[in-house]
Amino acid sequence: MTYDLNLRVWRGDASGGELTDYVVPVEEGEVVLDALHRLQATQTGDLAVRWNCKAGKCGSCSAEINGKPRLTCMTRLSIFEPGETVTVTPLRTFPVIRDLVTDVSYNYEKAKKVPTFSPEPRQADGTYRMQQEDVQRGQEFRKCIECFLCQSVCHVIRDHEENKEAFSGPRLFLRYAELQMHPLETNDHRDAAREESGVGMCNITKCCTEVCPEGIKITDNAIIPVKEHVVDRSYDPVVWLGRKIFRRSSDD
Amino acid sequence: MTDPNSFERHRYDVIVVGAGGAGLRAAIAAHDAGAKVAIICKSLLGKAHTVMAEGGIAAAMGNVWSEDNWKVHFRDTMRGGKMLNHWRMAQLHAQESANRVHELEEWGALFDRTAEGLISQRDFGGHRYARLAHVGDRTGLELIRTLQQRAVALGIDVFMECTVTKLFRDDEQRISGAFAYWRESGRFIVFDAPAVVLATGGIGKSYKVTSNSWEYTGDGHALALDSGASLVNMEFVQFHPTGMVWPPSVKGILVTESVRGDGGVLRNSEGRRFMFDYIPEYFKAETADTEEEADRWYDDKSNNRRPPELLPRDEVARAINAEVKAGRGSPHGGVFLDIASRRSTEYIERRLPSMHHQFKELADVDITAEAMEVGPTCHYVMGGVAVDADTAESVVPGLYAAGEVAGGMHGSNRLGGNSLSDLLVFGRRAGEHAAHGATEREQRAPVSDDDIRAAAEAALAPFEQDGGENPYTLQHELQDVMHSLVGIIRQASEMEKALEEIARLKERAAKLTVEGHRQYNPGWHLALDIRNMLRVSECIALAALERTESRGGHTRDDFPTTDDSWATVNLHCIADGDSVAIRHEQLPAMPDELRELFQET
Ligand code: SF4
Ligand code: SF4
Ligand code: FES
Repeated sequence: MTYDLNLRVWRGDASGGELTDYVVPVEEGEVVLDALHRLQATQTGDLAVRWNCKAGKCGSCSAEINGKPRLTCMTRLSIFEPGETVTVTPLRTFPVIRDLVTDVSYNYEKAKKVPTFSPEPRQADGTYRMQQEDVQRGQEFRKCIECFLCQSVCHVIRDHEENKEAFSGPRLFLRYAELQMHPLETNDHRDAAREESGVGMCNITKCCTEVCPEGIKITDNAIIPVKEHVVDRSYDPVVWLGRKIFRRSSDD
Repeated sequence: MTDPNSFERHRYDVIVVGAGGAGLRAAIAAHDAGAKVAIICKSLLGKAHTVMAEGGIAAAMGNVWSEDNWKVHFRDTMRGGKMLNHWRMAQLHAQESANRVHELEEWGALFDRTAEGLISQRDFGGHRYARLAHVGDRTGLELIRTLQQRAVALGIDVFMECTVTKLFRDDEQRISGAFAYWRESGRFIVFDAPAVVLATGGIGKSYKVTSNSWEYTGDGHALALDSGASLVNMEFVQFHPTGMVWPPSVKGILVTESVRGDGGVLRNSEGRRFMFDYIPEYFKAETADTEEEADRWYDDKSNNRRPPELLPRDEVARAINAEVKAGRGSPHGGVFLDIASRRSTEYIERRLPSMHHQFKELADVDITAEAMEVGPTCHYVMGGVAVDADTAESVVPGLYAAGEVAGGMHGSNRLGGNSLSDLLVFGRRAGEHAAHGATEREQRAPVSDDDIRAAAEAALAPFEQDGGENPYTLQHELQDVMHSLVGIIRQASEMEKALEEIARLKERAAKLTVEGHRQYNPGWHLALDIRNMLRVSECIALAALERTESRGGHTRDDFPTTDDSWATVNLHCIADGDSVAIRHEQLPAMPDELRELFQET
């Protein structure tokens, strides 16, 4: 079944832009990215959009659809009312480059600050032994496809450019949590979590968890444990001294 | 606009083109070998097509079946490729992949575990034992993240959203650098470097139904060809047997082979497990011929033979194609892939979470309750740059290739799981040898201004031309041509027609017109990529026409059998001006001690 979709797309660049209306023929079963591609192929050859996998696996195609951060390749047109205009705008938290493409380098800069993984040595037979229960927590965080939707929705930076300097955002908190819970990690990264990531600025609104297309429980499973760990370390001088002297065991 | 002195310029020992598994692994290896290295990639870091790999990394670690070792893996790989693989590459691959997997663990990867706490391994087509190290069904993502984080930790420079359009050579025809543009601004960059590692992946975007991303336009293949290297085995294109077929917008998206590895079976519209009707002579001795035996195999591999659903991909894809042609397909032109009736909901959700999600979101299908509809999709090209097995260097000094863009390793057909291991093994080799080659090179001639000017003019041509052709339309036409004339089943008259069509498309490509300006303009990017797609498509069609037999990923209606006189012949494509020429070469001969591995069954 083919029908005409009213599509409103933000067109422009860093110097400004506007919402532009288009009518695009679409078919049953299609997603927003299909409509954007058809628009690009037939009406606006230079429409800037990012995508790679078209299957929700690479996190390239993020945009805001009717104001909500989403993956355009996983947003089916059938969720909209017939005749409803679908509005697609670039992620608000990041500077626009052109059309739907934003400058997400903030996330890559923050990633450079995450401490390096430093595992314990391998066992004599050249392997590592870990139980499934022990890797599972970290595996949840490593499902992240770096779509940066959580980063875009987080109110600490969404309309507060000035907070970006001190705050790494939910995607990066996953990285700190991952290190903290990695069965083989030998270093204590609480200083980094507190000083570099700015996890203290998060006030647990859970908006990030709500938009995550991978269903990662960012707030409950990563942010809160990291916060607790940081607090624990900041306020307990005995533990603090102990950390400096002894290598922590792998699962605390 | 084309003044060479106005361009951004960088000097490196090694340039790696592509940031998938092979590119990242190569960059890490080159860095560890002391080279100053940069990665250039068309997308953002971490988005490469490798993230789409689902099933796992094949490595004979023997964690689940202690009988497994590199020799068995080597034998499986060679037989899967119908013995056309470069034996030395297949040997190195089988010997080194286990170490490459362990290394990932040292860099933070979290694989699924066995009860003993070792890396778990799953069954896959063509592999005698459960051999694929995996993380649910998102192994590629784990591999990319691990290597990405490692590369960032090492401080390797990455030029993201940057496309290479030309490689430069010095007077002695050795690599001297590369020319690229920033997608964001459209501005040009010149790299001076004595070594380039191509890790650009494949060519799938030349086909209509494909599992591949937009990046797969054969860039590395074309760059190598234009630099004087040859492409080997280009007639062998892998159609993955199971891509989604419905709804139309997701046609071609991959359905991992793990579904079958974990117990899923294929059925036709009559409910029959039709793969039992398609067991080829070649694999009879090792394939179950009753459903009972096949089902027992999952738990007892010593006394039972493999289910026919786990034959190599070329066999399964052809069988599905034949069932659909015979009118026994599913409503949307595929066949049924059923795991719902064979495994528990809990098991499916744990082993195949991303398939579960993908079908639910995109097709309204709950794979724990109903069968999926699947059909063949263009997935992988076995052909690629001919390289030295040990060093990954091509005949062009300073030009290396690893991963899908390199040829030889997989012969006429690649086994599932052998791609991720290939990336790691040969990515590392290419990076290390490129680093040594670069640091040994004493004199480095700077890239000449004339060459730079010519590269800039070629890149800007689509803005100058006013033939009015739309690049998107041209791309669709090429995809139709390749899909219907050089697809899964081929014949001479169709391929001759395809070559004529490609020649016409080449003429039209010279008259493309793009809208807008140079800043983040996908129309312009496609106009440049199309040149590569056309070049590679010509190679595929020519080589496929030349090989008058059927073998692996090359099936001919007019020559339906495998012909021994072709068993030792490799076809090499080389550039001949704007066209492509074909050369026959003898397959490198396997030493006796390896040959013996094929005596037993
Ligand atoms: S929970 Fe914290 S990180 Fe997540 S959106 Fe709210 S403030 Fe941001
Ligand atoms: S945590 Fe979820 S929302 Fe955030 S970047 Fe990762 S996948 Fe996207
Ligand atoms: S294109 Fe990969 S997540 Fe949408």
